[in-house]
Amino acid sequence: MRWRTADGGWNPYLAGALAGVLAVASALATARLMGKANYLGTSTTFVRAAGLLERAAAPGHVEANTYFTKEKVRVDWQFMLVVGIFLGALGGSLLDGSFRVEHVPPTWSARFGPGRRRRALGALAGGVVAMLGARLADGCPSGHGLSGLMQLSVSGFAALGVFFLTGIAVARVVYGRAQA
Amino acid sequence: MTERALGLAAGLLFGFILQRGRVLRFDRQVAAMRLRDMTILKFMLSAIVVGMVGLQLASQLGWLQLSHKPMNLGAIVLGGVLFGAGWAVAGFCPGTAVGALGEGRLHAGWAVLGMVLGAAVYAEIYPWLKGTVLSWKDWGKIALPEALGVHPWVVIVAFAVVTAGLFVLFERRRL
Repeated sequence: MRWRTADGGWNPYLAGALAGVLAVASALATARLMGKANYLGTSTTFVRAAGLLERAAAPGHVEANTYFTKEKVRVDWQFMLVVGIFLGALGGSLLDGSFRVEHVPPTWSARFGPGRRRRALGALAGGVVAMLGARLADGCPSGHGLSGLMQLSVSGFAALGVFFLTGIAVARVVYGRAQA
Repeated sequence: MTERALGLAAGLLFGFILQRGRVLRFDRQVAAMRLRDMTILKFMLSAIVVGMVGLQLASQLGWLQLSHKPMNLGAIVLGGVLFGAGWAVAGFCPGTAVGALGEGRLHAGWAVLGMVLGAAVYAEIYPWLKGTVLSWKDWGKIALPEALGVHPWVVIVAFAVVTAGLFVLFERRRL
């Protein structure tokens, strides 16, 4: 086992353990300073982002919507967490020189060719469906997968299981059977 | 102010760790779903085991309250299937799409845009879902130890043992 991976990254067990420490530290810090523990999660932020964008165009529509009212359209703790993920990944990749402009990833290209438009459509459509599912399930691999399992929530185990099993089945159809 | 600063600080660290763990990449996520490269699973399971121990201790010491999401069967199964299918095609989950964009993987921006659109559509169909899928079978906010009738540390130790077994398997098969 190595500390560094072949691509210059950190050992995944170590990086994961650090993410676990961060999850606990963040929950403790928010419990102490905000009065209520906040757990890592990202997908509700997409609802708030959609609400903020829609509010700029049609404020009355957002106000009348029960889901936006339920989730509260505002820049909250999780919204800033998501902004931070972007900035942290940007900073990290610039610092170690792993920042790369990529339009079509190799695995996609091997299956669907190097066309940017096709990849853009795939990412867009996949994003729409994934978020519909994440909102319906009330969480994504962060909220259900990491935070849910860490708290021993039944919903976390169930959701992460369904996410991965479906992902495995659909990846097999979309990218072909695994060959070594 | 405190709320936003705490969120930003946690996000900066989380983004940095995800980036260094090399788990933000499309090829890695798809390789995990094709069972060819288990980096994502190694990262997630390590985080989960450490987090389980830490949060359980913190909760038993009364330093924080755990907050379970409801075990709403229809919503989790149907939502989970939609999520898994979209995740396989997009190659990113919500957090990693944002992070991958930060790493320069510009196609992740289309996934982020799609996710914002998906959230907007969800907000429109929510009233209908509330009367159908979301009301099918809700077991509420339950924890696994209660559901099984065992002590939380029994679940944690069992999970850690299974995880260790998986890690040995991943290393032996060089996944």
